[in-house]
Amino acid sequence: MSLRRPSKNQPEHFEFNSSSLNAANTIVSKYPKGKQQSAVMALLYIAQRQNDNWIPLAAMKYIGKFLNMPYIKVYEVATFYSMYNLAPVGKFFIQVCTTTPCMIRGANHLVEACKEKISENELELSKNKSCSWMEVECLGACVNAPMMQINDDYYEDLDKKKTLEILDKILNNEIPKPGSYRGRINNEPENNRKTLLDLKNA
Amino acid sequence: MLKDKDRIFQNLYNDKGSDVISSQQRGDWVNTKEITEKGRDWIIEEIKTSQLRGRGGAGFPTGLKWSFAPKQVGSRPHYLVINGDESEPGTCKDRDILRFEPHKLIEGCLIASYAVQAHVCYIYIRGEYFVDGQKLQTAIDEAYEKKLIGKNAAGTGWDLDIYIHYGAGAYICGEETALLESIEGKKGQPRLKPPFPALIGLYGCPTIINNVETIAVVPTILRKSGKWFASLGREKNTGTKIFCISGNVNNPCNVEEEMSIPLKELIEVHAGGVIGGWDNLQAVIPGGSSMPLIPKKTCETLTMDFDSLVEQKSGLGTAGIVVINNDQDIIKCMARIARFYKHESCGQCTPCREGSGWMWRMLERMAKGEASRDEIEMLGDVTNQIAGHTICAFGEGSSWPVQGLLRHFKNEIKKRNKFDPIIRENKELPYLVDQHLLDKNA
Repeated sequence: MSLRRPSKNQPEHFEFNSSSLNAANTIVSKYPKGKQQSAVMALLYIAQRQNDNWIPLAAMKYIGKFLNMPYIKVYEVATFYSMYNLAPVGKFFIQVCTTTPCMIRGANHLVEACKEKISENELELSKNKSCSWMEVECLGACVNAPMMQINDDYYEDLDKKKTLEILDKILNNEIPKPGSYRGRINNEPENNRKTLLDLKNA
Repeated sequence: MLKDKDRIFQNLYNDKGSDVISSQQRGDWVNTKEITEKGRDWIIEEIKTSQLRGRGGAGFPTGLKWSFAPKQVGSRPHYLVINGDESEPGTCKDRDILRFEPHKLIEGCLIASYAVQAHVCYIYIRGEYFVDGQKLQTAIDEAYEKKLIGKNAAGTGWDLDIYIHYGAGAYICGEETALLESIEGKKGQPRLKPPFPALIGLYGCPTIINNVETIAVVPTILRKSGKWFASLGREKNTGTKIFCISGNVNNPCNVEEEMSIPLKELIEVHAGGVIGGWDNLQAVIPGGSSMPLIPKKTCETLTMDFDSLVEQKSGLGTAGIVVINNDQDIIKCMARIARFYKHESCGQCTPCREGSGWMWRMLERMAKGEASRDEIEMLGDVTNQIAGHTICAFGEGSSWPVQGLLRHFKNEIKKRNKFDPIIRENKELPYLVDQHLLDKNA
């Protein structure tokens, strides 16, 4: 289990803007009548997107009222799942996978790059306040190791030099191209493909 | 090597695009109506004939699971839930299905929903796969537009709605009952079984839960016949499987191969060999991080299927193969896996919540050579206190890799950890007395 604490600086007030409200109502309609509590995870995501990548306590209270469920239940969900940020993480949130398959392919170099470019410690905002980084558990792209995630996108087949380049772009407020950084196509064996060649060459 | 025509996932590397038109060219959605017209019993029998076993890790026979769904729909509706919470370190097969073969999955959902009489299907995708989930959503929207799902889906007369539910970074939600809790909008903490989800599942209704890969292979099995699928691999371990080969290999990749393929062939042919040559191999984790590792000498002859790996006291799991060569510190690798489990324990059962942390801390010390000799036995004891004493299989999943390390690399740990605080000469001394406490001059 991981220890997760809400930020000390909390906004007084939170409510969905109109586009969030539309999205929230669509989500609630996916679930059977009376089971609107199911939508809590999706609504927390919506709140997180609206509020610069983190969820204030006011948003949890708001969602509790929105779904007619106790605040504590929303709080439980928000603190249980690790993808809900309970404190500001910046506009670009960088997650470096360091679990064994990435670790043995050199994920520590990615961590070094983050320490050099962004901040010495995890979850600490960079000097220009635009991004922060943290080590996370397996992101499920093991054959593209080492890799990292920036907001929604995966950056794969990295090394230290390429990571530094990506981080430079991020710090300049640009979004680098996601995907493999060794030019390989998806998950195919690089230069060693032995299957489905008819389709490839067709 | 498996012939290309027998490969189910023709678009595994996205050569042709994942939209509905190119999927139809590859044979998806071709005669879905005719398949369902043969009836529920035929579908379930055919899946039983194919001997398809679940691809999510446990390897439970899929046809048997479907037959547990009540035959008549009572007052409670039935649900189909697809488990796409792929978080097992070493595994990344479902992601490729979600983004490159979404129509195989959607068609599989329709057929499976028809077989278990569900009108609503939830696909649970881990939150990190948001982009891949969006691709699946595009495919679902296409399918609605073409009337392949929705009211009278694909002309079968069956109504089906498919919804995506995103997780939020909890490994434990891959456990089926935790996944149901998560869809219900609660913390993902597993439920006690029985009652099994087939009778009391999502919202207390009968629910069938299958892995993404299991469902995605169903339409092809029904088209090419269960006998065809059963002819691949060997008895009780039939068909094809996507293997994810990662770690210290020259060309890490995903590849669909026949069940029971030799491990050496997978590594040497498809993954371009171990970095530093086969002799540089140290160990292989054969089925995702929760399966005990296999030392090099076993790897020479090992075939990859459920039963042969059980004989080696390991398991096929999700077929996420992590290759570890001699350049790596095996104890550190396992300590990192223990840290993963410590982070991902849901905290419901004490043996797992506390024990996973103990295992991690002990292994970290062993990696540094700071542990005492007795701790090696103690670590084995801790794993036995966890495995089998928890609500879900996470207890086994977290302690098996440590047990595997102790089984095959005990000498390595002993060599590094020579520290011995106990005075051996004085036998009547109580267990574990530190040397400094017995210092006469103190």
